[in-house]
Amino acid sequence: MKEILEALETRRAEAKLGGGEKRIVAQHARGKLTARERIGLLLDKGSFEEFDTFVQHRATDFGMDKQKVPGDGVVTGWGTVNGRQVFVFAKDFTVFGGSLSEAHAQKITKIQDLALKTRAPIIGLFDAGGARIQEGVAALGGYGEVFRRNVIASGVIPQISVIMGPCAGGDVYSPAMTDFIFMVKDTSYMFVTGPEVVKTVTNETVTAEELGGARVHTTRSSVADGAFENDVECLLQMRRLIDFLPSSYEAGVPEWPSADDAERIEPSLDSLVPENPNKPYDIKELILKLADEADFFEIQESFAKNIVTGFGRVEGRTVGFVANQPMVLAGVLDSDASRKAARFVRFCDAFNIPIVTLVDVPGFLPGTAQEYGGLIKHGAKLLFAYSQATVPLVTVITRKAFGGAYDVMASKHIGGDVNYAWPTAQIAVMGAKGAVEIIFRADKDPAVIAERTKEYEQRFLSPFVAAERGYIDEVIEPHETRRRISRALAMLRTKQVEQPRKKHDNLPV
Amino acid sequence: MFKKILIANRGEIACRVIKTAKHMGIATVAVYSDADKDALHVEMADEAVHIGPPPAAQSYLVIDKIIEACKQTGAEAVHPGYGFLSERAAFAEALKKAGITFIGPNVHAIEAMGDKIESKKAAAAAKVSTVPGFLGVIEDAKHATKIADEIGYPVMIKASAGGGGKGMRIAHSKDEVADGFERAKSEAKSSFGDDRVFIEKFIVNPRHIEIQVLGDKHGNVIYLGERECSIQRRNQKVIEEAPSPLLDEATRKKMGEQAVALAKAVNYDTAGTVEFVAGQDRSFYFLEMNTRLQVEHPVTELITGIDLVEQMIRVAYGEKLSIKQSDVKLSGWAVESRIYAEDPYRGFLPSIGRLTRYRPPAEGKTGNATVRNDTGVYEGGEISLFYDPMIAKLVTHAPTRLEAIDAQAEALDEFVVDGVGHNIPFLAALMQHERWRSGALSTGFIAEEYPEGFKGVAPAGEIATVIASVAATLDLVMGERKRRISGQMMGRVVQRDRRRAVWLNAAEYPLEVFRKDDAVQVNFIANGEIARSVTLKSDWKPGMGLWKGTVGKEEVAVQVRPVANGFRLSFRGAQVIAYVYTETEANAAKLMPVKQSGDSGKIVKCPMPGLVVSIAVKEGQEVKAGDQLAIVEAMKMENVIRAERDATVKKVAVKAGDSLAVDAVILEFS
Repeated sequence: MKEILEALETRRAEAKLGGGEKRIVAQHARGKLTARERIGLLLDKGSFEEFDTFVQHRATDFGMDKQKVPGDGVVTGWGTVNGRQVFVFAKDFTVFGGSLSEAHAQKITKIQDLALKTRAPIIGLFDAGGARIQEGVAALGGYGEVFRRNVIASGVIPQISVIMGPCAGGDVYSPAMTDFIFMVKDTSYMFVTGPEVVKTVTNETVTAEELGGARVHTTRSSVADGAFENDVECLLQMRRLIDFLPSSYEAGVPEWPSADDAERIEPSLDSLVPENPNKPYDIKELILKLADEADFFEIQESFAKNIVTGFGRVEGRTVGFVANQPMVLAGVLDSDASRKAARFVRFCDAFNIPIVTLVDVPGFLPGTAQEYGGLIKHGAKLLFAYSQATVPLVTVITRKAFGGAYDVMASKHIGGDVNYAWPTAQIAVMGAKGAVEIIFRADKDPAVIAERTKEYEQRFLSPFVAAERGYIDEVIEPHETRRRISRALAMLRTKQVEQPRKKHDNLPV
Repeated sequence: MFKKILIANRGEIACRVIKTAKHMGIATVAVYSDADKDALHVEMADEAVHIGPPPAAQSYLVIDKIIEACKQTGAEAVHPGYGFLSERAAFAEALKKAGITFIGPNVHAIEAMGDKIESKKAAAAAKVSTVPGFLGVIEDAKHATKIADEIGYPVMIKASAGGGGKGMRIAHSKDEVADGFERAKSEAKSSFGDDRVFIEKFIVNPRHIEIQVLGDKHGNVIYLGERECSIQRRNQKVIEEAPSPLLDEATRKKMGEQAVALAKAVNYDTAGTVEFVAGQDRSFYFLEMNTRLQVEHPVTELITGIDLVEQMIRVAYGEKLSIKQSDVKLSGWAVESRIYAEDPYRGFLPSIGRLTRYRPPAEGKTGNATVRNDTGVYEGGEISLFYDPMIAKLVTHAPTRLEAIDAQAEALDEFVVDGVGHNIPFLAALMQHERWRSGALSTGFIAEEYPEGFKGVAPAGEIATVIASVAATLDLVMGERKRRISGQMMGRVVQRDRRRAVWLNAAEYPLEVFRKDDAVQVNFIANGEIARSVTLKSDWKPGMGLWKGTVGKEEVAVQVRPVANGFRLSFRGAQVIAYVYTETEANAAKLMPVKQSGDSGKIVKCPMPGLVVSIAVKEGQEVKAGDQLAIVEAMKMENVIRAERDATVKKVAVKAGDSLAVDAVILEFS
């Protein structure tokens, strides 16, 4: 018996080396960790239960029958993050470049199925060369099996993809259908077709970094939700993110004892909104002063910065923050900002995370670039997302809430549960100058126009017209905003909404 | 006594004057520009009058507006603070005409001391020690050596028409004078076309020492000891103290009596300051007289127990000084730091913006140390680009100099300022500087000790021990809370190792950290053994910006700001990113590539928020290191951005008139 056990140990030790010492050294030389090292950082110490250590591929073409490595280029299993169960698969670049074979895909689908059945999040760590070409259609079939499970699990359990090396071709579509994609700067890239194919087909010369590096995907394409300096920083931040996320749509938000007073008063917020309505201020200061312990995990920080999205906590429970950012483009809603916020709102709604919306929006961005780019439909995505949300919605208007953008930003009319406004709020169809020019078109006398403008400002550029109609539940003092929000969220904790039965909605994608 | 006074100033000094006036039962009127509508001095005063747009030249410096404000509110007197109109004879004159009392010196005294040459003459006439020298025409080298012999060595031979260092020679002996005279003469001739030179005593390692005087309208003048302000950066005082570590009782008396003599000579009738330059041998020479309340007056107040503003108000009303020279007793030591919104890591460039956090240390007495914080700002307030970016003057007082310095160090550690860059790390580093602590000062101190500018202090020794053990404690507390998250797998306890590796910059501190009774114990590991145990106690909770507690027996305050997976900690001038890793994490982190902030050489960023005045280069242009690239205006100052290396301009990202945030890209090199 002892010999048998020892033989198992030997085989396991071999399997753990993946592609072997030499390839591990090469992996490190590229500034990357191995699949098992990464899992070791992501999960609680000693919590990883590996599956399918000895799985091998079954291909025979192109001499593949002579090249077999236990594990077949992916490490799969489950473990815990701060005691909470998660599933994980990590592509092993040291084995066949992490390429996907039929057997490799089956390892992934096995834990996808388990994650779905047990209602626990799944995290994929990508560092691979795409399909294993020697396997041909069997590899493609494998991809399809993974994709379909991504879609079935969508909205049931959180799915996170972390790109920590190459991720190309068929490999990109599984991440694309998960909830979040994060990348490591300088060592990861993602694209459907690589620079060589691009050169052949379109004659463009482009580097992998320029085509699909972390910078491109966090600032331009918005494919990625965030990027980190290196593997260690990235994986530790993933642990931080998981602490914010519910295990499934029915698990409820995670909760921990907050060290922050829910009734905390912040006198400095009384001077946050500048005297001059055209002067910007940083909405992130407000978020940090409202959230527990100033802890805020921002999503898509570098893209469409005119809207801020991310997770914080109030009274120890996760909350999604959506806020117009006056510092960037005056906080205007454009196509990018609308899409970014819509996706975030839908994630929060899917997983029952309450949403706090902070409004300072001068309207939608005018112009041919926006209209030609489909601003109507992109703006509608955010409107749709908020309108269909059944999670608690608490809204605070800090300054401008103009035009259609007022409606869109979680207004009372589309389902806001508790809507507050600061005394500095200006809830109106538009700013004074534009409004007077239209209403009093006939007036040409500058003195009369100035008079009318003043009248308009006094009457409409305030929260009180809206408050008189009950569109605003209360005009509140800025310094008490955290107290107001925590009380509203506590009251809304039991919120129940029945929606009519349907197959699914038809979001304007 | 006056019923109502107006304070023709802003910021901390306006607040400080209002405090005393309130104490005396006098109503106060503040004045404010558009930029100061919500300023603290406006809030504190009983009344406030708007006097115009933000630029001082259109508000705080307009005499008519101040007088109008007095008439409007019925203020009987005006305290000018320092700066602005405080030393304008025309202001004192105008007030007099309007029948309003100026809480400051008489017009004649301002005029007499306002002129450099006049004041030197008056000083000489009053037998005040002035820098020995010969201002007449020097005939030849022989004449020069004779003069130098009389003055005493070393001497400075300087071109009369000169400026900068040109035509300047320092001579330590007869021979050097003869040689230096000829050279200085010919250099002066070639540089300025004027070969006249003069000789003056050269003071080696000079110190800045000033005497506080106080007079009334009845001919009484006393002195309230001295202040030393040798810690200066480009002639701007940074740290002041009273008394001076240089002076002995005899010199103090001599300086004090000369200062009083000068004050009496001009009928000085309020608080004023006579500035001296002093040699390390306690020789001293008159520099100038400031006919106003000084910024650094609080150090004098703390060692004398006299409220200078109260005295100024009383004597302005016509009261006789109630304090006699014999009543003045200096007690203990006071140190003042000027806390400025300027970034010490970027050559002290001004930093403006909103004070998102402003939590000064508690004022008052703890143990034998007193903390006083004179400020004009509040959390949520704004440091505007229109005025001096001073945030506060932090003053500590204790029985001895070192105790006062240590109290200052502790108070600086506790001072929370966020939202703008500030010089607290630099001030805190100075408090630990051995040469400062030893009192071996000179006005060249900062230039000599920080020739390359301030780069921060690497934590070492006890400071590193405190930072590393506090970091480990922070991580422990946060870890404990993480493991209380809901939804954990049933019946399983997450394992936690005691072992951690704390990284402070590149240095690794292996240690164990765990709870022990009501404290946290940190065991530093060296060579596999416990090298040192430290016990920490604190009620720090996640989210707090200040870790206050005890490390061993020492009470400490460490600033805590979260960064990704770590903390930025500041303590005693050392500012460091601390990571607290498990062994697994540390081993992985060691494998991570060290990234060059690669782009930085190629990208020229805006060092401070400001307005682009001009761009000096075009795309495609080759530039040499030192070439001017752009001019950015901030705080009314034009800052020239220069190339740090030879390069070719690839892209210019901004144009004249753009207003830039800090770190905004100005241009890129290829």
